[in-house]
Amino acid sequence: MAMPLESPISFTNVGRIKWWQRGIFASQTGYVLLALAMLLVVMHFASPYFFTEGNMQNVAKNFSFIAIATLGVTFVIITGGIDLSVGSMMCFSAMITSMVMTELSAPGSPAGSLFVHMAADGKTVLANVPGLILLISILAGLGVALIAGLVNGFCIAVLGLSPFVTTLGMLSIVRGLGYVVSNGRGSFPGGPDADYFYALTSGDVLGVPVPFIYLVILALAMAVVLHHSSFGRHVFALGGNEKAAELTGIPVVRVKIEVYVICALAAGLQGIIISGWLGSAPANMATSYELNVIAAAVIGGANLAGGIGGPLGAIVGCVLLEVIRNGLVLAQVSSYWQQTLVGVIIILAVLVDRIRSRMT
Amino acid sequence: MTKAEATPVLELTGIGKEFGAIRALHGVDLQVQPGEVVGLMGDNGAGKSTLVKIIAGNFRPSHGEIRFAGNAVHFNRPVDARGVGIEVVYQDLALADNLTAAANVFLGRELKRRFGPLALLDHKAMAARALELFGELRSETRPDDLVKQMSGGQRQAVAIARTRLSNARLVMMDEPTAAISVRQVEQVLGLIHRLKEQGVAVMLISHRMPDVFAVCDRVIVMRRGEKRADKPIHQTSPEEVTALITGAKEAA
Repeated sequence: MAMPLESPISFTNVGRIKWWQRGIFASQTGYVLLALAMLLVVMHFASPYFFTEGNMQNVAKNFSFIAIATLGVTFVIITGGIDLSVGSMMCFSAMITSMVMTELSAPGSPAGSLFVHMAADGKTVLANVPGLILLISILAGLGVALIAGLVNGFCIAVLGLSPFVTTLGMLSIVRGLGYVVSNGRGSFPGGPDADYFYALTSGDVLGVPVPFIYLVILALAMAVVLHHSSFGRHVFALGGNEKAAELTGIPVVRVKIEVYVICALAAGLQGIIISGWLGSAPANMATSYELNVIAAAVIGGANLAGGIGGPLGAIVGCVLLEVIRNGLVLAQVSSYWQQTLVGVIIILAVLVDRIRSRMT
Repeated sequence: MTKAEATPVLELTGIGKEFGAIRALHGVDLQVQPGEVVGLMGDNGAGKSTLVKIIAGNFRPSHGEIRFAGNAVHFNRPVDARGVGIEVVYQDLALADNLTAAANVFLGRELKRRFGPLALLDHKAMAARALELFGELRSETRPDDLVKQMSGGQRQAVAIARTRLSNARLVMMDEPTAAISVRQVEQVLGLIHRLKEQGVAVMLISHRMPDVFAVCDRVIVMRRGEKRADKPIHQTSPEEVTALITGAKEAA
């Protein structure tokens, strides 16, 4: 029932907000993006090696190694939660993936005999269906991430535990399980599908590292989900005012569980990709990466109080961290300075945003 | 449903509610007619909010029956009440500051367009409908502005526009004028008049006597969990209502 308007509203008292005071221009992401652009210019003049193809590939690859997990944790941060278990999750998923791959590729074992057979020379192991082992092992790696994400989400959304404590516990649980299943030794991807695995995780397409391609695809998907689906809208509403979200009929519990599952899956995928680049999944892999991931998200403009954040910010945060690290190396500054500098930047980024919001 | 004119939109009979040993409400009967503005008054602890929360589906009554437009209804959650046409404007407005006005109006019931297997938000349609609703409410509110940047009156308009999405038949407003400026109070009372013009029944829960006397057709006074008075506004006076609220006068 649309009521006909007797007269259209005239905005006599309410001005339009200027374009530079809204959207990305008024966000921390915008300021950090500007800072990043300036940093790139400075780097260009500071080091002739910075803008070489090799170095750019290196930078793109390195920041992609934390950026996918940062996308995931950004979902959680937007709802006003936090996930500290991403570092451990990366390791555990990678470990399960390479262990399953190795297990299924052993011709003698009961599981292996279904998937592989010996070649005529009696030494080479051949896959019955090329790629099947790879698929199953990656699904296994993501499967454990899914379970951990569900447990996180259940404890937080249904049982009402604090996200910080729940995921801190999960950090320890998952890391511990990694040590248990591998006996503390870690594991290596092996068998006939290992070559596919390396191609899919650390190869490149026309000079572009594949992790970077995955990152771009996932970031675009995330942008669509956040801004053009009702799920995304509910994620923002949850971070803005959880009580309002509940009263307006948003399925708060389901949305919360979903964001923790998304975060765990992103971390799992990230871990699998890192293990392809490392060539192994050591038991201490990605230790304390959760701090880098959360730092990147926060620098990029995700607000830990909830309600603000996005894929662009997550990527900008990761790029900034990586450019600084890379720049310090090129400038022959001890890379031990990196951590200190990252800390300064986290505080600066948040400070600038605070000053800006005071001014308007 | 034959005599729709005479059927009250909301009819409560013998509503009671206990929280453990505490009796919050006892034997409340009341009726609200379509297009009627009813003021619900009472001191803190008189049972107003409990009554509102029962009608809104936050609590289930311990006793009694709720009939909505002639049919008995049982609400388990606020969404159920909204489903039959009861909308609530909460005291804190239940708005998400980080979203736009249009996003808040459509929160939880977004309009979508299908793109193959995907259902994506229809931003244009939502903004257009929100602008239309703000127009009906005579509020200068832009659908694309963030609620964070809005005045109290605009925020109120957003919260009220939300109730106009689904052709609500009863809108309950919990202290809509408690926290806003004098000029904005005028706007909100204007909004209540617009709802009434469109045949919507309004229940106004308020502490502010002048507001109740300015817009209500009838006033209901609660005290100690019971209904103490239910009178047309022109047959009573602020003095009498005050006496009823404080208990200086037992009932009227």
